[in-house]
Amino acid sequence: MTVLLEARSISKYFGGVQALKDVSLTINEGEIYGLIGPNGAGKTTFFNVLTGLYQRDGGDIAFADKPLRLSSPHEVANVGIARTFQNIRLFANMTARENVMVGRHLRTRAGVFGAVFRDRRTRAEEAALRRRADELLHYVGIEHRADDIARHLSYGDQRRLEIARALATDPKLLALDEPAAGMNATETEALKTLIEGLRADGLTVLLIEHDVRLVMGLCDRVAVLDYGEKIAEDVPAHVQSNPKVIEAYLGGTA
Amino acid sequence: MTENHKSWLGMALIGFVLAIAPIVVGASLGNAWVRVLDFAALYIMLALGLNIVVGFAGLLDLGYIAFYAVGAYLYALLSSPHFGIHWPFWAVLPLGAMVAGMFGVLLGAPTLRLRGDYLAIVTLGFGEIIRIFLNNLNSPINITNGPKGIARIDPITLFGHPLSKSIDFAGITFTGVMLNYYLFVVLALGIVFVGIRLQDSRIGRAWVAIREDEVAAKACGINTRNIKLLAFAMGATFGGVSGGLFASFQEFVSPESFGLLESIMVLCMVVLGGMGHIPGVILGGLLLTILPEAFRQGAGPIQQAMFGEVLLDPEALRMLLFGMALIAVMLYRPAGLWPESRHRREMAK
Ligand SMILES: Nc1ncnc2c1ncn2[C@@H]1O[C@H](COP(=O)(O)OP(=O)(O)O)[C@@H](O)[C@H]1O
Ligand SMILES: [Mg+2]
Repeated sequence: MTVLLEARSISKYFGGVQALKDVSLTINEGEIYGLIGPNGAGKTTFFNVLTGLYQRDGGDIAFADKPLRLSSPHEVANVGIARTFQNIRLFANMTARENVMVGRHLRTRAGVFGAVFRDRRTRAEEAALRRRADELLHYVGIEHRADDIARHLSYGDQRRLEIARALATDPKLLALDEPAAGMNATETEALKTLIEGLRADGLTVLLIEHDVRLVMGLCDRVAVLDYGEKIAEDVPAHVQSNPKVIEAYLGGTA
Repeated sequence: MTENHKSWLGMALIGFVLAIAPIVVGASLGNAWVRVLDFAALYIMLALGLNIVVGFAGLLDLGYIAFYAVGAYLYALLSSPHFGIHWPFWAVLPLGAMVAGMFGVLLGAPTLRLRGDYLAIVTLGFGEIIRIFLNNLNSPINITNGPKGIARIDPITLFGHPLSKSIDFAGITFTGVMLNYYLFVVLALGIVFVGIRLQDSRIGRAWVAIREDEVAAKACGINTRNIKLLAFAMGATFGGVSGGLFASFQEFVSPESFGLLESIMVLCMVVLGGMGHIPGVILGGLLLTILPEAFRQGAGPIQQAMFGEVLLDPEALRMLLFGMALIAVMLYRPAGLWPESRHRREMAK
C-alpha cells in the first residue's frame, strides 16, 4: 500500500485557542478515510490547513511523496487535492456547467489573447472543457441541470455539483466536508454509491461526516478528533468500540 | 429567418443607426448635441472598463477615473507643444492603454486583500492621489503644467486629415465633432467586442467566480491575485484608451476633469445600467450622458415657458433629478435597468 498523504504533528491556533494539537495521520492511496469527532473538534480546521486556506502553526504535510510547504490554495489544488465545503460554496449565479468549468481553470490555459481572438487552440480547449464539464455532471448524476443556475438546484444536487466541480481539478485526493449534512435517507444512499464509485475509479477520499452509519459503512479507516486531538485511528469496527471515542461522543469533558 | 440571419440584420440595423446618428442629430439639434454623442461614446468605453472590475470581478473601485487621467495626460504630454513632442495617435493610444494598464496593476496590487467598503475607500484615495499628483507635478520640474493643464494638444490625424477640421463628402458637411464621433464609435465597438469575448472565456468565468465566492474560487485552483490584477489591468486599459481620445478631442486637459465625481458618475453608469451586463452598461452610459445634458439645456427654457421666469437653477435641478432617478432605480430595479436575464429572474422572485 502506498501512502498518499502524511500529516505530521499539525497544529493550529486561533488566538489562544488551539484548534489542532499535534494531529498526525496517514492516508493510503485508494482508501476512503473518515475523519469524525464532535462539533468543534477541529475537523474543518484540518481541511482548511490541508488545502492552504489557513496556514498551519506547526507540523509538516507530505503529499504523493513531496513535501507540501506552506502554500496557497491554488497551489494545493494544483498538486491534486480538491475539496468541498461544509456549508456549500458554489458560484451561485453561474450555471452548473459553468461551475464545473471554473473547476478546470488550473487544467486549461487560455488567456486574454485567446479569449479575444478565439484562435484555434482556444476554441479546441473551450470545446473540450465543455465536454469534460458535461461528463462530470453526468458522472455525479445532474447532467439534466447543466444550464440551470447553481442556486436553483436542490440541496442534494448542489452537494453533487460541488463534488463535480472538485473533480474537475483532476485531484488525487478528494476531501469532502460533511457531504451528507442536510440530506435525506435516499439522497445519503445515493451519495454513498457515488463515493464508492469514486474510489472504484481510483480516487482517494478523505471524508468528514457526522452520519456515523455512513462513515462506518463506507470508510476503510477512521480517525477521531476531539478538542483538536486525535484520540483514535483504526478500522471502523474498532473505533466504534473504543472507550475514548464513546466518551468523546457521549460524555462531556473528561 | 434563422437566428444567424436575425443577428446579422440586427447588427446591420445598429450599424446604420450609428452611422446616421450624428448627421441626423447635427441637422436637427445642432453640433453641440453631436458633441454629447462623442462624450457618450467615451463614457461608454469607460463604463465598459469599469464593468470588468466592478461588474465581472466584483471589486468596488472608486478611483477608476485615474486611468482615464493617465491615458489623457500621456496623450497630452506626447502630442502637444508642452514638450514639443508630436507623436502620432496610433503610437500614443496603444502606449496610453499599456501605461494605464500598468497603473491598474500598480494601484491594484496593494488592494488585493481588501474587499467591499475597504477596497472602495482605498481606491478612492488612489484616484485622488493621481489627480493631486497631476495638480502638483509642475515644480521643481514642470511635467504636467499643474492646475493650468496642458493646452493645444494635437487632434487625431487620419489619412493626413486632422479630425478637428470639417470635411465635405456626398453633399454633407462632416464637422470635426462628427468625424471624431465615427472614430470613437469604431473604438467603442472594438471595446464592446473585447468585453463580450472576455466575458465568455476562461478568464471571464474566473472573474465572475471570484465575485461569487472568493474562497471557493481559490479552492478551485484560481490564482486570485493574478486574476484580480488582470481585471484591474484590463479595466484600466479601456480607461486609458478613452482618456487619450478625450485629450485629443478636447485639445486640452487639466486635473479638474478627473475628480471623484467623475469616478462616481462612471460607477453609476455601470450600476444603473446593470452590473456585469454589457448591453445594460452601454445603456447606462448613454442615458447618463444624454439625460443630464437634456436637463441642463431644457430646464431653463421650460421653466421660462411655464412660469415666465427661471425659478430653479437648472444646474441644481439637474443634480436633484439625477439623485432622485438613482434612488428610484435602486428601489424598483435593484439589479439595474437592463440586467442580465438570469439576474432578472432572481429579482422577479
Ligand atoms: N476562523 C476561525 N477563527 C477562530 N476560531 C475558529 C476559526 N475556525 C474554527 N475555529 C475554532 O476552532 C475549533 C474547531 O472548529 P472546526 O474545525 O470548525 O470544528 P469541526 O469542523 O470539527 O466542527 C472551534 O472551537 C472553532 O470555534
Ligand atoms: Mg466542520
